[in-house]
Amino acid sequence: MAVRLDDLRHVMELAHLELPEERTAELLAQLNDILAHMEELRAVDTSGVPPAAGVGDAPLPLRVDEGPSVPLARPLAAFAPATRDGFLLVPRLATHEGVGNDASGDDA
Amino acid sequence: MTGEHPQSAVTAVEAAFRRAAAVGAGADELNLLLWTDRDRALADARALDQRGDRAGALHGVPYVAKDNIATLHLPTTCGSRILEGYVSPYESTAVRRMREAGAVLIGKTNMDEFAMGSSTEHSAYGPARNPLDPSRVPGGSSGGSAAAVAAGIVRIALGSETGGSVRQPAAFCGVVGVKPTYGRVSRYGLVAFASSLDQIGVFGTSVHDAAIALEVIAGRDAFDSTSAEHPVDRYGEAATTSLDGVVIGRPREYFPDSLDRGVAARCERALEALRACGATITDVSLPHTALAIPVYYIIAPAEASSNLARFDGVRYGLRVEGTDGLRAMYRTTRSRGFGAEVTRRVLLGTFVLSAGYYDAYYRKAQEVRTLIARDFRSVFRGGVHALFTPTVPTPAFALGAKAHDPYAMYLSDIFTATANLAGVPAMSVPIGRVDGLPVGGQIIAPHFDEAGMFRVAFALERALGAEAHR
Repeated sequence: MAVRLDDLRHVMELAHLELPEERTAELLAQLNDILAHMEELRAVDTSGVPPAAGVGDAPLPLRVDEGPSVPLARPLAAFAPATRDGFLLVPRLATHEGVGNDASGDDA
Repeated sequence: MTGEHPQSAVTAVEAAFRRAAAVGAGADELNLLLWTDRDRALADARALDQRGDRAGALHGVPYVAKDNIATLHLPTTCGSRILEGYVSPYESTAVRRMREAGAVLIGKTNMDEFAMGSSTEHSAYGPARNPLDPSRVPGGSSGGSAAAVAAGIVRIALGSETGGSVRQPAAFCGVVGVKPTYGRVSRYGLVAFASSLDQIGVFGTSVHDAAIALEVIAGRDAFDSTSAEHPVDRYGEAATTSLDGVVIGRPREYFPDSLDRGVAARCERALEALRACGATITDVSLPHTALAIPVYYIIAPAEASSNLARFDGVRYGLRVEGTDGLRAMYRTTRSRGFGAEVTRRVLLGTFVLSAGYYDAYYRKAQEVRTLIARDFRSVFRGGVHALFTPTVPTPAFALGAKAHDPYAMYLSDIFTATANLAGVPAMSVPIGRVDGLPVGGQIIAPHFDEAGMFRVAFALERALGAEAHR
């Protein structure tokens, strides 16, 4: 078995996902079933074979570190409840109400 | 195509909406169209008619786009609850180019959530159904787009490919579906699933419709650094009946004993038709084909686990507050927002990238991906101009038939995922029916030789004639 319950719980934490206990067991079985099919890759001799770094023969083109400005259909202020100094201010978490500086963004 | 559409844009758009109503494209029946705005589509059409000139290659032609392609006025939800109601503040380059060519967007189509699936059953908005047999799936993940073309609502649709998501539903619905070379079409505004594999593709009722649509959306775009400088050929002008001097490879790994007998028979008939057009058919081998599914289902979920990290309740759509701060908010939002298949793939991808497993899974898969790409390079350098294979091993399966066996569903991509892993262009064309269900034949070509691929497709389409749809 490639994935143990502890592995799955660890991966769920990394991926910011949670599942009810009964679905965890089902998912563990499914992931192990899927990964069992991946085992055939182990038998392939890849000594001296470089991992694919891109697609096709040509390397990715480089460009100067600047781009055209993205044409937006709505003004920046429409993206969030408020903005300040060009930054978007998002709703404060209920659990963080009253913590730190005021972020109401009343200058938006 | 413009010459075939003498009527006004308004007439064409009204006809498309009438047809959608007649075939039951809405949520209660075939469930093909997720979001439409009839008034805006008609206003766009009216503006085109008033402009007077008919310069655009798709002037007044109504079309639909998959729901993971950003549009300005209709929602872009990727078939997911986590993006319910989300309207993009910018539009994708492909949609902008369609608009500039005179095409009129009439709706966004149903799809497997975040393009993860092969049946359009994994949509948060309910499964789509195949218009040719509503008890069957339309394929996926671009099932809604393929079915909208098959149902006669539109002649052209945009979809997206990561492992076969245009070609497989095209085969199941009996229409033409094209996955261009990686880099041929800008991915700007295509919601990322697996960035090294994703490409926007096109559906058409005919090879010519698909060729014109691809011609419109292809080409370098400053907003996508992976889009290629390579010049865009006039694909619509590749129409021919003669394949004199063309060598077509028949890869033996795509014709296993387990292949559906009806599908195998239709493919042999198509090869016969290609031979009659003057092509030379030669047996070739792509020895690493069988490894494409394990490789694909490591690389695609790995990239997805990174790309989908952005859906966290802060930046887009759904937000479900937890009781324990920021991380709990991320967790509850993502867990309620993502469906079962997306959750499964994000966890699979996170696992294969995690410490202690990276070399055994991800690195190994990238090495075997190199071998798969070398297979293609080797046959094309050996004098083969294109390959012909079945698109899918079977015709469309029944709704629910594979819903509880993820790996059985993944095997539906066995003949299509190879082209995505190698980055080569490939397309599916209708080659006949088995028990009333469409069968697709796949043409695969070298990088950026879409013109050569279309040439074979045009000849095959003309040689089979009505036989392709019966």
